[in-house]
Amino acid sequence: MIAIIDYGVGNLFSLRSSFAAIGADAVATADPAVIQAADRIILPGVGAFGDAAQKLKDSGMAELVVREAERGKPILGICLGMQLLLEKSYEYGEHAGLGLIPGAVKPIADVVPKDYKIPHIGWNALHLTDPACPIFKYTKNGDCVYFVHSFYATDCAPAVIATAEYGAPLTAAVAHKNVYGCQFHPEKSGAVGLNILRAFCETEANV
Amino acid sequence: MITKRIIPCLDVKNGRVVKGVNFEGLNDVSSPVELAKYYSENGADELVFYDITASSDGRKIFTDILTETAKSVFIPMTVGGGINTLEDFDRVLKCGADKVSVNSGAIRNPALIYEAAKRYGDQCVVLSVDVKRVDGVFRVFAKGGRENTGMEAIEWIRRGVESGAGEIVVNSIDTDGVKGGFDLEMLDAVCRVVSVPVIASGGAGKIEDFITLFNTLPKVDAGLAASIFHFGEVRIRDLKERMAAAGISARL
Repeated sequence: MIAIIDYGVGNLFSLRSSFAAIGADAVATADPAVIQAADRIILPGVGAFGDAAQKLKDSGMAELVVREAERGKPILGICLGMQLLLEKSYEYGEHAGLGLIPGAVKPIADVVPKDYKIPHIGWNALHLTDPACPIFKYTKNGDCVYFVHSFYATDCAPAVIATAEYGAPLTAAVAHKNVYGCQFHPEKSGAVGLNILRAFCETEANV
Repeated sequence: MITKRIIPCLDVKNGRVVKGVNFEGLNDVSSPVELAKYYSENGADELVFYDITASSDGRKIFTDILTETAKSVFIPMTVGGGINTLEDFDRVLKCGADKVSVNSGAIRNPALIYEAAKRYGDQCVVLSVDVKRVDGVFRVFAKGGRENTGMEAIEWIRRGVESGAGEIVVNSIDTDGVKGGFDLEMLDAVCRVVSVPVIASGGAGKIEDFITLFNTLPKVDAGLAASIFHFGEVRIRDLKERMAAAGISARL
């Protein structure tokens, strides 16, 4: 069973529907017992980093997710959920993340040319820097996925497994041992996205 | 590079897609769920659902349809029609919509844009504007294009983006239904004042119209159309292939 962490940030409808579509048993939950019993964890998230990090901490989910990750349970952070896996964010101030992946979150505006629109919104091609990563089992270099974000993960080079070109190579996905993250929305990326979720469901737990 | 988006628009009334549709392999061509699935499997980058019912019964059917569609369609969905309050945003977002488009509701209450952007983020708020030339000036029309508000369109759009609209749909009443191509002059005027994605609507009649749009106005992000897709006059796959062949970034 897959536990989609429900900490009051974002709409989980599409994620739940995506797992249903690939025949995976997923529940949206904030129950520590259910999360501990789950085989895998999804950390979703939209909105502002500081607010989400606080909610994650206040609900006790931050500590729980870190503990489960350290036990070797596969975890996938999506969009802001991916950013929360990093050490810190400079989105309106400075906020601590979960620190499961090295690196920081900074404004896209820092790296892309001035005439590029922000947010980075729409379908962009994945450049797989680690095609052997288990979550890319069914993904080809150049497959397009759907992005919506104004901040990006940086200083996380060893963990980067895919980038997307937007005047600069933006981090599109990261992995470190059993912890994975996608900046894009696999639940909104058609068949390519469902295949990434499917591959995540098939990853081995590194316990 | 971000690809140019191709967006079919589905007008839904009492649970059915209005404007006739004709597709091989679709048993029920006026079922929004079936049509949405068809488009999503055949290259559409996004879908727009437009609720054209006026009654609360119709509204309930619409949200049921939306929920049903969101269970099997995994591309971004924008919902418009009858969005007047934050509760309306909430109602459709809960059913699986990713973005909400406001038109007349924002004209009546411009603060709606700011309030919705604050609550759901700029990326969630799409400002849709029906524009028509009146004595050489672009004017905003309300009530499905029937009523001249007297507002100057470019200024209204600029203010909308300032208030938090994350995307603009420009529907040219002058070119709508004519099938003679998009309103390049109007779209150019909009692109000059905003930095958020601009979606062109109104006037597409053939593949070349999209090629001309993206080649002439590289700042336009997406092309939206309804009947040419529904009637099969333009197949999205063919369109995407022609775009790619013309050097326009497309998701194939």
